[in-house]
Amino acid sequence: MNQTAILEVKNLKQYFPVSKHLTVKAVDDISFQIRKGEIFGLVGESGSGKSTVARSIMGLYQLTDGEVWFQGNKISDPKVFRSNRRDIQKNMQIIFQDSAAALNPRMTVRNIIAEPMQACRMFVKNKEAMDAKIDKLLDQVGLAKSFRSRYPGELSGGQRQRVAIARSIGTNPDIIIADEPIASLDVSIQAQILTLFQNLQQEYGFAFLFIAHDLSVVRFLSNTVGVMLHGKILEMAETEELFQNPLHPYTKALLSAVPVADPIYERSKKILYYDPSKLSLTGSLQQLSPKHWMFCSPK
Amino acid sequence: MGTILEVKNYSLSFDTPEGEIEAVRDVNFSLNEGEILAIVGESGCGKTVLCKSLLKLLPRNARVKSGKAELCGENITAFSERRMRQLRGKQISMVFQDPLTTLNPTIPIGKQITESIRQHQKISHNKAKAHALELLELVGIDHAADRFNLQPHFFSGGMRQRCVLAIALASHPKVLLADEPTTALDVTVQAKMLDLLLSIRKRTGIAILFVSHDLGVVARIADRVAVMYAGKIVEIGTANEIFYDSRHPYTWGLLGAQPALAMKTGELHSIPGMPPVLLNPPPGDTFAVRNKYALAIDYEEAPPMFQISPTHFAATWLLDPRAPHIDPPIFTKRRREE
Repeated sequence: MNQTAILEVKNLKQYFPVSKHLTVKAVDDISFQIRKGEIFGLVGESGSGKSTVARSIMGLYQLTDGEVWFQGNKISDPKVFRSNRRDIQKNMQIIFQDSAAALNPRMTVRNIIAEPMQACRMFVKNKEAMDAKIDKLLDQVGLAKSFRSRYPGELSGGQRQRVAIARSIGTNPDIIIADEPIASLDVSIQAQILTLFQNLQQEYGFAFLFIAHDLSVVRFLSNTVGVMLHGKILEMAETEELFQNPLHPYTKALLSAVPVADPIYERSKKILYYDPSKLSLTGSLQQLSPKHWMFCSPK
Repeated sequence: MGTILEVKNYSLSFDTPEGEIEAVRDVNFSLNEGEILAIVGESGCGKTVLCKSLLKLLPRNARVKSGKAELCGENITAFSERRMRQLRGKQISMVFQDPLTTLNPTIPIGKQITESIRQHQKISHNKAKAHALELLELVGIDHAADRFNLQPHFFSGGMRQRCVLAIALASHPKVLLADEPTTALDVTVQAKMLDLLLSIRKRTGIAILFVSHDLGVVARIADRVAVMYAGKIVEIGTANEIFYDSRHPYTWGLLGAQPALAMKTGELHSIPGMPPVLLNPPPGDTFAVRNKYALAIDYEEAPPMFQISPTHFAATWLLDPRAPHIDPPIFTKRRREE
């Protein structure tokens, strides 16, 4: 295993049996790694399996096959997971798309943010230190101290997402997995949250698996991007390399379809179309250059 | 090009137990034949409410306070419910954001379309079916005859939205109100849907009022753009004027908040704060508290519409001759170098 990789996913498969005859291959044999302090963007359209990747890494499903390595431990192995549970849970945090569902409506903002730290035995019997930490976290995500006693129902979508972010950085994790954290927010609020992510990441230096369907958002934030379709990673490259020099026809089609706020360009551009049913599911991710991988089928 | 829909000094409020919510405030615009006018703004700015109120689809506590909407010279604000029923679908129809909730899940697609046709035209079942098949082909559904008797759940999101569009176009309306028709769709499907709307406009000459929060989508489809904030249109002009020569700080904010795919060095300019609640809005310009270019007068008096060109208007005190000169941020210029 690569020494600098903090999270490594090897041949991850996550199948869901629907009926006797039908098994949905939500994630089908994908591998990637995230280095310390890296922001990895995973993009794909709805149904491509990107959220399932996040949930599988967090251990919310029993893997069909494959391995997940975190800081040198094979956490997909239940035995290894159990013996390192506290350490893993402290260092891996997740942010969900729907903040209304992710926050307990009957807990105050203070208790929501405190909960993971209590679970990790931080600030035991030291209420003042805990409160000081919570005030600091609220300040870092741009919320006033007065929010401590509020309930999620009293907050707007952007504010709730800020609380979810404060909760996730409280335990000072090594990696944060964010599953479409800004998809349900307004444009101006999206920009606020993206800038917040960028600042926090620079300050704390956590690695970040950022899942989105919006390519422009991923380009803004990520160092490395993976493009998913039908449970496969079709192309993976360093961000600028992928956007300047897309190789897979699906990536090209996806890039051409992203609307840009520039009428002259928009009216003249040619949109490429790709028929996803043409994708051959046999093949593997091949390294084409030091920073560029593409899914190739055997000829 | 004649004006087909004209909205004049239109204000609309909701009466709630907490008080009056001024959802739409003194809105003026006109829509010409065969034109696509986009209304952009954040959620809660009143763009959907405006569309629904034109069709009188709002709950009872909504009240048109002043102004009127004229469709082909007729004041539809004064229409009775009976006359509205004759109007909806026939003269003016609407496509909603979520195709899943628009369609009835238990009724086959074909029947939902013929229902709409036979509502307004006295024709036989067979003729209506033939017309429905034509419509399905118009909106780009292949093998329409085979799919005619399928329920909506057999279709993907994009195809459902095409069916909704077919229903909306069934009786050849003159105006189509499209309320975020592509927001629930994936980007590749969205691109196809936008091309479809453009080709339908070309073929039928329908005028479209296109509501969206996505400036990229608007750049692709719109001839003219109206920017809405807190129930008011703050800037209106041709697409080029809004994207390359905008004058209102809120429009600058919206443009700056878009992480542009084409920009290499991505710097994001977020608008601080949140849109106001329109329960007793403050005096003056509601955007002033979020506006770093706000002048003292913004907190006292709402700015009038200043004219910049025959087609371009903006409501900001910065355009007053007495205001200090401010250079617009660089990102309002062309965002992509050729």
